[in-house]
Amino acid sequence: MSLVMDARVETPVAEQIKISVRDLNFFYGKFHALKRINIEIPARKVTAFIGPSGCGKSTLLRVFNRMYELYPEQRAEGRVELDGEDILTSKTDVSLIRAKIGMVFQKPTPFPMSIYDNIAFGVRLFERLPRVEMDERVEWALKKAALWNEVKDKLQQSGASLSGGQQQRLCIARGIAIKPEVLLLDEPCSALDPISTGKIEELIHELKADYTVMIVTHNMQQAARVSDYTAYMYLGDLVEFGPTAELFMKPKKKDTEDYITGRFG
Amino acid sequence: MSGGLGAGISPDKLRRHARRKIVNRVALTLSLGAMGFGLFWLAWILFETVRLGFGGLSLAVFTEMTPPPQAATGGLANALLGSALMVLLATFVATPIGIMAGVYLAEYGRRRWLGRITQFISDILLSAPSIVIGLFVYAVIVARFKSFSGWAGVAALALIVIPVVIRTTESMLVLIPNSLREAAYALGTPKWKVIWSVTLRAARAGVVTGVLLALARIAGETAPLLFTALNNQFFTADLGQPMASLPVTIFKFAMSPYENWRELAWAGVFIITLAVLALNILARVLFRNKK
Repeated sequence: MSLVMDARVETPVAEQIKISVRDLNFFYGKFHALKRINIEIPARKVTAFIGPSGCGKSTLLRVFNRMYELYPEQRAEGRVELDGEDILTSKTDVSLIRAKIGMVFQKPTPFPMSIYDNIAFGVRLFERLPRVEMDERVEWALKKAALWNEVKDKLQQSGASLSGGQQQRLCIARGIAIKPEVLLLDEPCSALDPISTGKIEELIHELKADYTVMIVTHNMQQAARVSDYTAYMYLGDLVEFGPTAELFMKPKKKDTEDYITGRFG
Repeated sequence: MSGGLGAGISPDKLRRHARRKIVNRVALTLSLGAMGFGLFWLAWILFETVRLGFGGLSLAVFTEMTPPPQAATGGLANALLGSALMVLLATFVATPIGIMAGVYLAEYGRRRWLGRITQFISDILLSAPSIVIGLFVYAVIVARFKSFSGWAGVAALALIVIPVVIRTTESMLVLIPNSLREAAYALGTPKWKVIWSVTLRAARAGVVTGVLLALARIAGETAPLLFTALNNQFFTADLGQPMASLPVTIFKFAMSPYENWRELAWAGVFIITLAVLALNILARVLFRNKK
């Protein structure tokens, strides 16, 4: 039995589509890491990617903002359309694409500068704001990321002085401060304690009012809690994609069921 | 070993445990001995430097020129100024070149042939004996302009600093995790800005430490100045002229039969040791604070 899906595109019914992936193949050197992926990501919804380690879910996320281009041996083929325009072949500067499609990584990565500058850094790349407006933007982003109350009195302290959970929320604040349209979250809670995880999950809920959110997670309860749609991937194939409740309650494929019930993976 | 927590452990296990403890003790003793051996010579050098140098120290050392043999007075003012001038200028010229080359190696040329060649050449330069660099500058600058000069000394010292700064900058940048670079790129940051505002900034303490250590190294270099700046018994800040320096003066004075010269040589040794020590401590403090 083959896990490979038909060329048919998985489309959630009656959703506005933000990103549409067509026949995407991805290679690390000779290794074929993503095999003919077809998927449509609905706008202003949370889409979760689950699957065992090495299934390609993080790789897929890194295609969406062309992060893989930093490494010459990595290569993507196919189409990834953002609002209808192919971002893989686009003449648009990759910096502008990344400004539209933000990303938060597994480990917190505060820049070696103050908390304030960590947020303002990205904003300054694209906007020249007067001091007052910049202050407002920083406050807005930190409030969105549920960090404002903890840091409002020490904005000039180094970002590295915060705890792990606070650093990760700082990174999320930094990501949303530049007002992207899509936010990619690559296992954002894997290094965090349950309380910080809870805060970030609440945040994800709020974010989908304005942003299209994609989250890679190892934690199936988390996927069930935060997402509207879930994609199950295995060995570079997209096995099943659908509304989260459906995928978890009555998966269409045996493999998906085995994975989410813990019989495998 | 009867009863208590040791009870119930097989004799074989206990025997192995006892053996491990002996091996541990032997290794510890040997490494402590090695450390003591090294420290002994270092302490002796410092002790002799202080004993012989401190006595020669006086205000005149800092205000008067190098004296003729057997004069009653005299100091090292011209040598101190010459050394400070040449060392600082060389560092000033070499630091940006070294940092930029190090950035190229770590951020642009890691997989390219030009990067590999640059790294290879820089490593050779790093281990080149300083006398070779002195002779090179002599042939290229001094012989061509038919005059020893402070500028030639600066050039020779700068050639020593450059590979040191390249090496430390590169290795500090390579230590910065890629996740930090990716985070910066993910915001849409252009490459030059990722390097300038994020990676170089994260590596700042290490890079500064490298520069300070290079500065400490050239402060005591004699060979490259012997053929380039030569010496000068007068006070001059004119880099077009031959220029006195502390190491060359020490070299000349310490080998002389004149008592007053030898005393000044020791005072010079004391000053140089103190300065290098201070730079090393400063570098350590900087590095620790930023970690």
